Amino acid sequence: MSSQDIPEENLPAEQDDHGAHGAVTVADEKNPFADPGLPPHEHRMQDIDERAAKRSERTVAFLFTLSMLATVGFIASFVTIPVDESVYIFPLGHISALNFALGMTLGVSLFAIGAAAVHWARTLMSDVEIADERHPIEASPEVKAKVMADFRDGAKESALGRRKLIRTTMFGALALFPLSGVVLLRDLGPLPEDKLRHTLWAKGKLLVNMNTNEPLRPSDVAVGSLTFAKPEGLEEHDHDFQTEIAKAALMIVRIQPENIKDKRELEWSHEGIVAYSKICTHVGCPISLYEQQTHHVLCPCHQSTFDLSDGARVIFGPAGHALPQLRIGVNDEGYLEALGDFEEPVGPAFWERG
Amino acid sequence: MSNNDDRRKAPAGERVADWADGRLGIYSLAKANMRKIFPDHWSFMLGEICLYSFIIIILTGVYLTLFFHPSMNEVEYHGSYVPLQGQLMSEAFASTLDISFDVRGGLLIRQIHHWAAIIFLAGMFVHMMRVFFTGAFRKPREINWLFGFLLFVLGMFTGFTGYSLPDDLLSGTGVRFTQGAILSVPIVGTYISMFLFGGEFPGGDFVARFYSIHILLLPGIMLGLVVGHLILVFYHKHTQFAGPGRTNKNVVGMPLLPVYMAKAGGFFFLVFGAIAALAGIASVNPIWALGPYRADQVSTGAQPDWYMGFAEGLVRAMPGWEINFWGHTLVLGVFIPLVLFGLFLGVIALYPFIESWITGDKREHHILDRPRNAPTRTAFGVAWVTGYMIMLIGGGNDIVATHFHLSINAVTWFVRIGFFAGPVLAFVITKRICLGLQRRDKDKVLHGRETGTIKRLPHGEYIEVHEPLSQEQLYTLTSHEQYAPAEIGPTVDENGVERKVKRSEKVRAKLSKAYYGEESQIAKPTVEEYKEITSGHGHH
Amino acid sequence: MKKLSARRRHPLAALVVLLLALACTGGLYAAFAPASKAQADETAQSLAIEEGKKLYAVGCASCHGTGGQGSSDGPSLVGVGAAAVDFQVGTGRMPAATSQGAQVPRKKVVYTQAEIDQLAAYISSLGAGPNIPTEAEYGPEGADIAKGGELFRTNCAQCHNFTGKGGALTRGKFAPTIEDVDPKHIYEAMQTGPQNMPSFPDTTLSEQNKKDIIAYLNAVNGDETESPGGLELGGLGPVSEGLFGWIFGLGGLIAVAVWVAARTAKAKKS
Repeated sequence: MSSQDIPEENLPAEQDDHGAHGAVTVADEKNPFADPGLPPHEHRMQDIDERAAKRSERTVAFLFTLSMLATVGFIASFVTIPVDESVYIFPLGHISALNFALGMTLGVSLFAIGAAAVHWARTLMSDVEIADERHPIEASPEVKAKVMADFRDGAKESALGRRKLIRTTMFGALALFPLSGVVLLRDLGPLPEDKLRHTLWAKGKLLVNMNTNEPLRPSDVAVGSLTFAKPEGLEEHDHDFQTEIAKAALMIVRIQPENIKDKRELEWSHEGIVAYSKICTHVGCPISLYEQQTHHVLCPCHQSTFDLSDGARVIFGPAGHALPQLRIGVNDEGYLEALGDFEEPVGPAFWERG
Repeated sequence: MSNNDDRRKAPAGERVADWADGRLGIYSLAKANMRKIFPDHWSFMLGEICLYSFIIIILTGVYLTLFFHPSMNEVEYHGSYVPLQGQLMSEAFASTLDISFDVRGGLLIRQIHHWAAIIFLAGMFVHMMRVFFTGAFRKPREINWLFGFLLFVLGMFTGFTGYSLPDDLLSGTGVRFTQGAILSVPIVGTYISMFLFGGEFPGGDFVARFYSIHILLLPGIMLGLVVGHLILVFYHKHTQFAGPGRTNKNVVGMPLLPVYMAKAGGFFFLVFGAIAALAGIASVNPIWALGPYRADQVSTGAQPDWYMGFAEGLVRAMPGWEINFWGHTLVLGVFIPLVLFGLFLGVIALYPFIESWITGDKREHHILDRPRNAPTRTAFGVAWVTGYMIMLIGGGNDIVATHFHLSINAVTWFVRIGFFAGPVLAFVITKRICLGLQRRDKDKVLHGRETGTIKRLPHGEYIEVHEPLSQEQLYTLTSHEQYAPAEIGPTVDENGVERKVKRSEKVRAKLSKAYYGEESQIAKPTVEEYKEITSGHGHH
Repeated sequence: MKKLSARRRHPLAALVVLLLALACTGGLYAAFAPASKAQADETAQSLAIEEGKKLYAVGCASCHGTGGQGSSDGPSLVGVGAAAVDFQVGTGRMPAATSQGAQVPRKKVVYTQAEIDQLAAYISSLGAGPNIPTEAEYGPEGADIAKGGELFRTNCAQCHNFTGKGGALTRGKFAPTIEDVDPKHIYEAMQTGPQNMPSFPDTTLSEQNKKDIIAYLNAVNGDETESPGGLELGGLGPVSEGLFGWIFGLGGLIAVAVWVAARTAKAKKS
């Protein structure tokens, strides 16, 4: 990638050396485009008219005073306005009186300080432009030579290049010691093992209505309705509720058996009642935007769309495979039950999924 | 140094300064910096918006840590917000509710913190684009460009971890997405996910872990980078636009003391005041309306904050590709967007090095380019921004669909096609516009400024009076540099032996031609052209 | 609207409602007093069916068939129940425009409530279905707002957004906003599942559950709902917040920066 070997003629000529340091070059016959140098300073009103300057001074002082008043207002609001008081302010709506008062007073007190300082700088401080010289960042060749010589001396005195044993073992030690830190990270979490392959569902587990907390019967699930279920025994107060529901959440719909296109789906259903994982196979959002006329279900996060009447196959969006179906049946007491766990991992795909 | 007699008489301030100088050497520091010159231009203050919002974020963030409990222990809520009474939620969520409803001023500080974060990232984006389009990233500032880029990327992740802390239903959905994206990484994804979350999602650890990342690890690195960024700005001295008296060897403007002390210092208060007022009138992230996170609940309109919208768009637009082989799954539908995200941002980070390789220019540059005078760079930048913006639209495709009464599928297809076609189109159009502007500048230099005054000549012809430009204007419009396209050197060396032309050399020559060939820039007016025209048609 | 809701909270409001209700009941009783109550109901019912049938023949039959059996232009209405009619016609969705997009939107209501009731009576005579809910069912008494919120987030928010602002569905369909929707119509929508919305019958979402959800919506998306932080920005989440932050936040600050960096006007050269 080095461009050392590249001729320099494509670089433009350094144009304006002569105009450096703000020196004025008069445009002449030879170069009408020459740098005329910094234009002469022009006075502001405030520079020549003391009354204008006084006006500016008063404006600045007014702004600082305004800031002081606003700070007092902030403290007063904090003390007097109850934290739960609501107020109607057009066009903001019904908002917290305290938040509004504090925000406005703090805003004004700070903004006024800033406005005062800037107005002061713009109108009363000198606005004569000053040119400051730049110096090249690169060191001069002499400095570079000195540094290189010093470095060579130092390197030689360390004997690092000569005593290979020291060098090798030092690099070895420095390379190895960070491993301790890496090892320490091991207990951040357990190994994956087969954790992502199992859910709470098992043969005989009843499907419990998420809303009413009652086990579901086939008659509870009407065509066109949408029901969410969890495995029996999983309660919201359980300490692992979140982790378990993140895999076990179920979406139950009823489709007329003749409208079910997928053979296995029909087999795994009960009288057209199908139970699918509520967890999207894309990145795991709880998918559940069910359109009862099309039987499509859409994920609100990334718009993966699945056809629940056709084995929940993906018909649009970034999901890579169908939603897993839970095989269900009815137990002796007439309740819907699972006939086993999901046959494939629920939720997003991963390397070991296969 | 003053002698003892002087010191006894010196005022208190000077004595303190003397004391400090004896230990810190402040006089030498001040000599170099007190009257440091800063050029005046509004776009040079964009970086200051970022710096100040960063300071505001740190100040308000420290306040928030005094009340926030980074814990995922489930508690029953009994605070003052009625529609969540008795609900189970994590302590993190409950303490955020307390900050919003029970701590006086807590809501304001929360909102300042969040608005400042949104503005911080937006400011960095615009600042970065300013630097890009004016070529301020050229030598010697490439490293500072990288510092800035890193700040932008780290800012995105700091923002994202912060947005996740309240453990509300929206941010929890975002964390779930992150976990799913991590799972898609081949070979190690499952392990990283287990280690990051302390087991399966969501587990009970991520809020505490994100907390230490959000308040310590990332801001610590960012603070270091900000300091480095500022030191380099001081060390390099600011760039400036071309103009009379402004050369590559000086910097023209106002001194730090007093003008920029007041302007920059005042600007901090202006930024803080404006954001505080914004937080007083506009709600941001009302977590009480979103509810606590539960892994089986979700809401439509699930978006991250704007700066992650680009990544969100990539994920939404991607088709669902998945490859299964030998018992493994390659989740391309998620992994490709993840890689693209890094590549797309990486391209802009490396751009300065690509351009300097093409030009082969090793000189320092302190005079800014006008975007029109670097048409290919400008076109590339606009193409990049277009790709970014299209994905930003993609990240909000559902909101776009409902608000413009479009089909979400159509919007997604528009984004899919637009991501490839948009940048190409933007590139071509921008380049043409730049060249058009260059032509106009040339006309202006050669024929003067159009005055809009129409004059009738004796023989009946109407002409518009052109007013010749002042010397300042002439200089400003002609002082930019133009590169000649690089040639591949002679393929036969002086001894007549054929030299092997390296592939990189050929690529470079091609790129150089694309950048600086006849079709990519309008040769600027020469003195001869100018003289010929002004002497020939001097009458107007 | 605001005045009305303010008055609704007046301590005397309950009394006024009670008196009005008593007066209406008395009036109705007086009107039907001569006949026995059951008979009167029956007569009124058959009268309503008769009227409804006429309205149906004019306004609905062209799509839904002369006997409500449905056609290629509209589904069968046998068994949809009075609640479905009250929802569809009461929100102006029916009668639908001849050329409709992906879904039939909410429109201006063309029938009076009396006519809607007659239509509903006719349709429910074709086959049993859910009845129009009473105020006792959807009213705020005895509702648990927080529970309603949890139920809303489990069952409804995925399409209708956290606080019922609506959202996108596939191919141009959408879940409408639930702002300014009559609680009765919300109840009916859950019961009957209009268009692509799935239904939530009592076996799935109990009566109490529905009541809780309506109470929650009233609390977070009603006229009086507080947005403590200030402007709600549509309640759409980060998209509108991002836009607002860019335009008013950063935009405002850039405007300030322009002022800070600009040079003060020079005094006119004399």
